[in-house]
Amino acid sequence: MRIAIRGGQVVDPASGLDRIATLCIADGRIAALGEAPEGFRADREIDATGLVVAPGLVDLAARLREPGQEHKATLDSELRAAIAGGVTSLACPPDTDPPLDEPGLVEMLKQRARFLQRAHVYPVGALTRRLEGAELAEMGELVDAGCVAFSQADRPLVDTQVLLRAMQYAATFGHRVWLRPQDAHLARGGVAHDGDVATRLGLPAIPVIAETVALATILAVVRATGVRVHLCRLSSAEGVALVRAAKAEGLPVTADVGVHHLHLCDVDVGWFDPLANFVPPLRATRDRDALRAGVAEGTIDAVCSDHAPVDDDAKQLPFAEADPGATGLELLLPLTLKWASETATPLASALARITCRPAAILGVDAGTLAVGAPADVVVFDPRRAWRLERAALESQGKNTPFLGFELVGRVCATLVAGAIVHERR
Amino acid sequence: MTARNPQLNAEGKLTHLLTLEGLPASVIAEILDTAHPFVSVGEREVKKVPLLRGKAIFNLFFESSTRTRTTFEIAAKRLSADVINLNIGASSTSKGETLLDTVDNLVAMNADMFVVRHAQSGAAHLIATHLAATGRPHVHVVNAGDGRHAHPSQGLLDLYTIRHYKKDFGALSVAIVGDVLHSRVARSLIHGLSTLGAPDIRVIGPATLLPTGVESLGVRRFHDMRAGLAGCDVVVMLRLQNERMRGALLPSTGEFFKHYGLTAEKLALAKPDAIVMHPGPMNRGVEIDSAVADGARSVILPQVTFGIAVRMAVMSMIAGN
Repeated sequence: MRIAIRGGQVVDPASGLDRIATLCIADGRIAALGEAPEGFRADREIDATGLVVAPGLVDLAARLREPGQEHKATLDSELRAAIAGGVTSLACPPDTDPPLDEPGLVEMLKQRARFLQRAHVYPVGALTRRLEGAELAEMGELVDAGCVAFSQADRPLVDTQVLLRAMQYAATFGHRVWLRPQDAHLARGGVAHDGDVATRLGLPAIPVIAETVALATILAVVRATGVRVHLCRLSSAEGVALVRAAKAEGLPVTADVGVHHLHLCDVDVGWFDPLANFVPPLRATRDRDALRAGVAEGTIDAVCSDHAPVDDDAKQLPFAEADPGATGLELLLPLTLKWASETATPLASALARITCRPAAILGVDAGTLAVGAPADVVVFDPRRAWRLERAALESQGKNTPFLGFELVGRVCATLVAGAIVHERR
Repeated sequence: MTARNPQLNAEGKLTHLLTLEGLPASVIAEILDTAHPFVSVGEREVKKVPLLRGKAIFNLFFESSTRTRTTFEIAAKRLSADVINLNIGASSTSKGETLLDTVDNLVAMNADMFVVRHAQSGAAHLIATHLAATGRPHVHVVNAGDGRHAHPSQGLLDLYTIRHYKKDFGALSVAIVGDVLHSRVARSLIHGLSTLGAPDIRVIGPATLLPTGVESLGVRRFHDMRAGLAGCDVVVMLRLQNERMRGALLPSTGEFFKHYGLTAEKLALAKPDAIVMHPGPMNRGVEIDSAVADGARSVILPQVTFGIAVRMAVMSMIAGN
């Protein structure tokens, strides 16, 4: 299948390209940009006049809920949500049931995803067996099965000796380690940011030091061993400052943030709204502002959806008992564009945070429109406003604090490996 | 997002009692005024008025309580309502039924009002929001304590007691002593006092038992009880739960009493006519010395009596709106 996408504003953050051009696709790869190659005859033409043509989005955290939590979501529903949101590559964390600590589970997941022929799925394996933080998972076997990195998902590693050894062992074989910095003891029992809102509402709190103490520990291990670490879901101004200093020092670290944390803060909890229950918690306005600035200056490398589809029953509970998180695959693009427009960030620079930079962290061939690269492409209308209703979401999880809001930026077409997998007129 | 305070209806009338936060001073005054004649109902030979005859009130207690449940039951019975007590702590939820399923089942039994106590902050708001979202605004919710968040009927009876003895809120110094972090009683009283214009609210306790940024509620923070009690008109002692020692918040009850227990010697630092309050049940020798609890300035037992009248006022007003 040969496809020509004509008349669009082609934005390739990896090369800095941003101009009106024709994108030619053949044999699943980018064949040309600008002039069509000699003898190129498209089987299908897409008119992208007035639209943006960009690399398909790369999401560092999307829970697909398989295996084990199919009542929340399925691979089928969430991969449909991914392509509807323009996400063509995603990493899924290991906090499934059972966790992704067995090569068989990973192979099954990869195979099911391949069968659906939608977005590329890159499983993140469990760093420790059953995510219990005591024994190492079989990382080598898991890599052979298809894992691209290892993490504890939201389960903290309490034992610092295990942390050191896990990082050393992973580095021996060049495996990537992703860690969400949160001290298990300081966060124990907490469900909301330790600040005015939690004090007023009487919600058990998680202090900022739960993040900074864990960050200081991880950074000390990185400093001592030279092992590369990716830091997931920063939540606080102090956390951003520590990562900034670590990068200035030359430590081999990268970092990401969940897209909701660029827009919401603890005040959005309102009167105990379970839809505003997030892990890590939504923090104060100054923290949100620091996260926004951290993404703009590059201290935070990537923005992810931290997609967490939850069934209605699990959200209709008292705040502390409700399942945390929000559906995010279909909001990643509009919420990133919202951040970009509010911070006057150029489009190419904004798209870099959800394409080439996360692709580099994942270590996969994605997130660019370079000639020869896999033709994972999103075509979107950067100005089109749409109202976020339950029915507008492909994800099985309808849990989003933005329900009823008007968002700007709508995906028109998504291509994975040169095939049109999603089109919206 | 549920940003609106869901306890007032479109006309600004009280339809649930969930928290004292955001309740207008006029509504609080109306509740206290309504409670006043109910105090004498309890002193009569026939302790009943027919205001809620035929109404079904469900005491829905997901957390055990004897005192609060009993006072709500007495208040409802004096209003001639039918009262059904449900101690759900160990029944439905352990069978896997959710909070809202329980509520829906009881609404199907034609409940008119729920008096709810739950261990989680926000539980009463959740029920009220659910009833509104499912088109049943005629069913009312009274929060009888949700987690650490609010205990508004206790706050109101505290305000009634203070008004009974002190009259003018505009010149009051009130000290709240002890475990403010875990206290829904303290939060409700602080909101009520600020709404009624009390200019000087103090919280006294160790750093481990005062919430982060408690000043944002409009209070001053003291760690030294003697400094905090100096010249105050009202001393409110909070109950200290034994489990606080397990969480490394305190070394021992003995050490707590040494620093924050109310003794006659410390009470002497307050104004000579200062009153002493406690929401009960008291731990004698932990937060309060028996000599003070039983002393001339203690109004702890009148609080209990006023509590019934205040709860009668709340239930009759809500059911009438």
